[in-house]
Amino acid sequence: MATDVSAYTKPLPPITKLNAPFWEGTKKGELRLQTCNECGHQWYPPSTHCPNCLSRDYAWKAVSGRGKVWSWVVFHQRYFKAFEDELPYNVTLVELDEGVMMMSTLRGIDDKDVHCDLQVKVEFEDATDEQSVPYFVPA
Amino acid sequence: MAEINIRDKTAIVGIGSTNFGAMYRDLDKERTSYELAADALKAAIDDSGIDKNDIDGLLCVRTPSYARMADVVGLHHLRLVNQLEGSGRMAGVALQYAVMAIVTGQAETVAIVYGNNGRSVGDRYGGVFSPDSPAAWDAMYGMTSPGAAVAHMWRRYMYLYGASEDSLAAAAINNRANGAKNPNAVFQKPITKEEYMQARYIAEPLRLFDYCIINDGGVATIVTTAEKAKTLKQPPVYIGASYSATDLTNYYTTHDFFFGAMQDIAGRLYKTADVTPSEIDFAQLYDNFTPTQFFALEGYGFCERGTAHKWAQDGRIALDGDLPVNTSGGHTAESYMQGHALTIEAVRQLRGQAGERQVKNAKVGFYTCPAPICNAHILHN
Repeated sequence: MATDVSAYTKPLPPITKLNAPFWEGTKKGELRLQTCNECGHQWYPPSTHCPNCLSRDYAWKAVSGRGKVWSWVVFHQRYFKAFEDELPYNVTLVELDEGVMMMSTLRGIDDKDVHCDLQVKVEFEDATDEQSVPYFVPA
Repeated sequence: MAEINIRDKTAIVGIGSTNFGAMYRDLDKERTSYELAADALKAAIDDSGIDKNDIDGLLCVRTPSYARMADVVGLHHLRLVNQLEGSGRMAGVALQYAVMAIVTGQAETVAIVYGNNGRSVGDRYGGVFSPDSPAAWDAMYGMTSPGAAVAHMWRRYMYLYGASEDSLAAAAINNRANGAKNPNAVFQKPITKEEYMQARYIAEPLRLFDYCIINDGGVATIVTTAEKAKTLKQPPVYIGASYSATDLTNYYTTHDFFFGAMQDIAGRLYKTADVTPSEIDFAQLYDNFTPTQFFALEGYGFCERGTAHKWAQDGRIALDGDLPVNTSGGHTAESYMQGHALTIEAVRQLRGQAGERQVKNAKVGFYTCPAPICNAHILHN
């Protein structure tokens, strides 16, 4: 989804040496997870060590981008000025097919039609030239 | 595992707090967490009749510096001191540490002091995050606040167990009914189910009355050996057992609503204290948000897994019910003192000092905080 990137006002994690491959993936329409070269474990959000075997030897691998809605809430309270115009908005905790939990938001469906375990797939919204934000839609 | 038996080796001998209702109506930006903790400690010392200089352990919760806290209350020569972060799970952790320290002889008398000036200084539990922390990956979606995390769990719970949204009203209404009998409570007016349902959503499916009340206040608890407890002014409240177990991930949310961690605690807690859930006369259930009451009722075996939303209805958790819950009004009516006020309410009940809200013949009390660090205690007289 193309947007006026200069107008993006929502918070974004700053790009770091650690997480840069994640953001490069988002610009190519790929959801990438750190994948341990020692034990195969995957995790999110980015972290320096494999939390399973404590190895620092990992690769960024594109994953299916598919999962299910573990749960969702609808924010009615304003906590962030940048989200004020979107109230009430949906925040969805997605369980990826790879077993990794990922906080996100669900689009393309009315909140009243969402249910737990709904199958979803990832899409990306351009935020800046370097960062696109993953979100989910019904699969 | 080599284990030291902690059963009944320690007792709570002094409790003190500020007046939560009065402070809620009287904001003061100059008010510090230290002065609130000091007010509470003075009250707890007076309550116990202990000599201040007998205190050789000080666990400070939420006050930013243990050195400042120790200096403010003139406890310069301690054998155990530290500070714990200002999260609610630390109330139980602090008591657990006090028991450990006393049973192993590291200290004889430990004061747990808690000071919170959050309402006056405008503390928020959402919308604030460090850009280089994992929370930034949540804030990108407008996700923030433990309340929304508990709302995620409650939504999933409703889906798994067929609970209705309005079943939660029982917890909110019970807290307010008990708060109405607590002259120290912020909210002393009962609410109806209609008022509960008509209140606005914060993070849907949770409504206003599911949320705790951010306030200023101080709470202090003095713990010592069972032997010393017998020489002091108040009837001792013995600590039958106290344990923690965690489910620590990137999220506050856990897949099983803390059930596994609570079951781990329950097995040890009931064995050590030699108590069964049916012998417990009341339960203080940490409720930063009301669904945690239901999670706790299941996690510690008061009812079957997935049934608390039905079990807690029809007055079962009321003061005259099968299991009185949050007898002082809990965090949504008395004040959000992050578990500390619930602990001292358990002590009052076991001393028979709870006034109009006294549970008849209260002999065994229970406290828990369901959170990424779960902890629970059995207390008895």
